[in-house]
Amino acid sequence: MKKEEVPQDDANLLEGKFKVVKYAVNENGEYEKVPSVGWEPENVALGQAWEVVNERVEEARQQVLRGAASSLAYHMEKNMMDAALLAKHVGIPARKVKRHLEPEGFNALDQSTLEHYAEALLVSVAELKQVPR
Amino acid sequence: MSKDLIIPFEHQQSAHCETGVISNLMRFHGLRVSEPMAFGIGSGLFYSHMPFIKMNGIPVTSYRILPGHIFKRFSRSVGVEMRRMRFRDPATAMDALDRVLDQGLPVGMLTSVFYLPYLPKAFRFHFNAHNIVVFGREGDEYLVSDPVMDATTRIHRNALVRARFAKGMPNTSGRMYYPVRVPTDADLRTAAAKGLRRTARDMVNTPLPMFGAKGIPYLAGKLRNYERRLGERDARLALGNLIRMQEEIGTGGAGFRFMFAAFLQEAAALLDRPSLREQAQAMTRIGDQWREFAFEAGRMCKGRAEAGSTYDTLADRLVELGKMETALFRELARSGKA
Repeated sequence: MKKEEVPQDDANLLEGKFKVVKYAVNENGEYEKVPSVGWEPENVALGQAWEVVNERVEEARQQVLRGAASSLAYHMEKNMMDAALLAKHVGIPARKVKRHLEPEGFNALDQSTLEHYAEALLVSVAELKQVPR
Repeated sequence: MSKDLIIPFEHQQSAHCETGVISNLMRFHGLRVSEPMAFGIGSGLFYSHMPFIKMNGIPVTSYRILPGHIFKRFSRSVGVEMRRMRFRDPATAMDALDRVLDQGLPVGMLTSVFYLPYLPKAFRFHFNAHNIVVFGREGDEYLVSDPVMDATTRIHRNALVRARFAKGMPNTSGRMYYPVRVPTDADLRTAAAKGLRRTARDMVNTPLPMFGAKGIPYLAGKLRNYERRLGERDARLALGNLIRMQEEIGTGGAGFRFMFAAFLQEAAALLDRPSLREQAQAMTRIGDQWREFAFEAGRMCKGRAEAGSTYDTLADRLVELGKMETALFRELARSGKA
């Protein structure tokens, strides 16, 4: 890739925080590091990946609102986890985590378990108990 | 509470985390190696498509050897002695970090990008093999040289603990490392020649169909069936994931082809082998072809494929790429013997 071909397709994925560097060939045929704000195919692929994440989060939110799942399910999806990964983070068997993803299981939780979950999912206990309306 | 402390660590932005950390840490210890040189000596370039190994539910396509191995191979070749540690307990891990910092040594560590708040949100997936260097602390914050960023940054102690102890594939386990002996008079010529030979051998000789240059047509075979097997929507998602594996921060693929070309160029001068400059150009053309592939794939993901662009034409590009890489690495393997 020539230096002037280094893509600068800004989709604000870097939030203006910095530019990444790519190795590209300069006018003398030598490689150097060239800053880039992004590249379209990567932007598309990342956008698509986030779309999938957001769909899953929204689906979980709807399930919670319908009473088909506990709010834990929503926060788990929000953190891009599944029951197995969440289980590892809180040190609770996955089988039990799955029960807590259901409203009855979740409502029976004691304060200390709630705190464990909240801590692992980067929210407060109060936030853990609800989903955005 | 530990005292404030700043180690005079020179941060240089890099294209990838592992090679960037090697280059930056070595420079601190008085051994100047560029990022491409670290990549070449560490024989970082590779290819594999492993549909049976999944990360975040996505089959892994990798354009490099396993995380951590560039560092291992580099250290062994150059004669760097590393101290590596992993921990069960976060408090012990942070104490160990503080102790090494107190000796005036910057510390490399493995983190999960999901828990690095200073990174742009769009990149925060559960990718648990991101390398950073911590080179000081101030109050509740640690000073961080994250190689993919253009400047140094800082992270709160609690956030760092979280990033160091993320679970999943793999568990980060508070892993940290720092050189205890760096030979500043290391024989980089021998190391570079060895790295080159090893890369060529890995690419050409690794058995099993999914590894090395022949893994590229192997993926092509899978790609041809995407639409039939997965349906239209999932085929597009799988294709998008392929692009991410190829291009994204930390795992970037085509980027590794250009970095290897930069290594070949440096090696041509270092080893006084002008033919390597031509091979660097060939490698650049291969990198450009990977970019073309990503570009066409990206358009298909968006659902506005130009006339004639299909999964089959994409697969054809890969078959061509497989031929180009096979030819180049065979040649490199041969010339390395001479």
